[in-house]
Amino acid sequence: MAEPQTFVVELAQFSGPLDLLLTLLRDEQIDISDIPVARVAEQFVARIHTLGLDEAADFLEMAARLLRIKAQMLLPRRDGDENWEDPRAELVRRLLEYQQMREVVDVLERLGEARRNRLARPPDAGRATAAGLPATPPGPLAVSWIDLLGAVDRLLRAGRRPAFHAIVARALDVPGALAILRATLVERARVRWDDLVPAEAEPWQVLSVLFAVLELARLAECAIEQGAPFAPVEILRGRVPPRSALVADSEVALGDSTAHPEHFSGEPADGRFEPIGATV
Amino acid sequence: MADLSPLARLFEAALFASASPVLPDALAALDPEASDADRLAALAEVRAAYDDGHAIELVDVAGGWQLLTRFEYTQAIERAQLAARPHRLSAAALETLALIAYRQPVTRADIEDIRGVSVGSILKTLLERGLIDVVGRAEGLGRPLLYGTTPAFLEHFALRHLGELPRSDELAIALRPVTVAAP
Repeated sequence: MAEPQTFVVELAQFSGPLDLLLTLLRDEQIDISDIPVARVAEQFVARIHTLGLDEAADFLEMAARLLRIKAQMLLPRRDGDENWEDPRAELVRRLLEYQQMREVVDVLERLGEARRNRLARPPDAGRATAAGLPATPPGPLAVSWIDLLGAVDRLLRAGRRPAFHAIVARALDVPGALAILRATLVERARVRWDDLVPAEAEPWQVLSVLFAVLELARLAECAIEQGAPFAPVEILRGRVPPRSALVADSEVALGDSTAHPEHFSGEPADGRFEPIGATV
Repeated sequence: MADLSPLARLFEAALFASASPVLPDALAALDPEASDADRLAALAEVRAAYDDGHAIELVDVAGGWQLLTRFEYTQAIERAQLAARPHRLSAAALETLALIAYRQPVTRADIEDIRGVSVGSILKTLLERGLIDVVGRAEGLGRPLLYGTTPAFLEHFALRHLGELPRSDELAIALRPVTVAAP
């Protein structure tokens, strides 16, 4: 028996029991087709003991197989028995098969190493393969600047948390807004919504202007236009000349609905100001 | 060096831009007017251009063509952390791959029979890396999955096709009927 204690082999060096067995045979210079099973089995078991039993199941199975072959070899048989089959034949077949595969591994190792040492364009040579993943090139980003800013704007709006706050009732100043709107339309034939409502306007101011615009549209004193979806709304001077800026409350709320303007088909406010215009 | 022909320049640009080997179909799509002979001539032009004192060369791989750096520059590039070489495969993974390459389509049981160890986790890793794929199911009990190699396998070993692997009769130990001497 060889001296198994003289060297310690890392188990990781052997990828399986056949590998260890082959190494054993090579070290002992044993002909693969005529294996002295008893000796090899002993050495095999000795080696697994030396190596530790980390991956023992596969190695123990091989040890058991060797012992069984050894036992079969010991069974008496008649000379010239043609049905006798060498119990080692199966093992030899497997060893040869394994050895052949090892040769292919050597070839692959050489080829793989040669290829590894030459770099291709990322992502093949870059992060993807470094992470051990198959290369999947990401598509280029195709988005216009305007779309991107629009998306950011929507996100910022959507992300705003609703704040809890006390609601203080606040009267709308529709007559005041009406007066301003009429005065503006006397001076200008066309006025943008943005010009009527200051950027820092309070909601009650926005709503007041909105109802004023709707009221004037109902009276055909103005028309409402929007050039394109989401474009700024424009208020145009209507067919009916603006009346005096001094309009009574009752007139606003209960104005007659005979003069429907062409550009606006919605029902006018009936005095109870529903918050329908809150999104403007 | 003479200027490349327009077709060769087109191919050069495509080869540079592609992250994987450019297959014949892709070359044909680049210029449907060109004949096969034109395309081969253009590729030869590109190859010759790079053979003339460049650090990059045109390589046939996995049934296509790819621009690769020459090996002598890899170390420096890796040291500068500009690119990383792919991980080396473990011995166990290589053994499993070798068996699949030669015996495909092959079942897990066949591989385990030859390797003498279980290969479940190795198969999973190889599948994840795209080197092998399930190519069908075997007849018989349980209809086990059959595995085969992928184009990525060829790419990994810079093979044009599977025929470039040594034939089994070229190996030192060709599989042959085993005759065992009587004891």
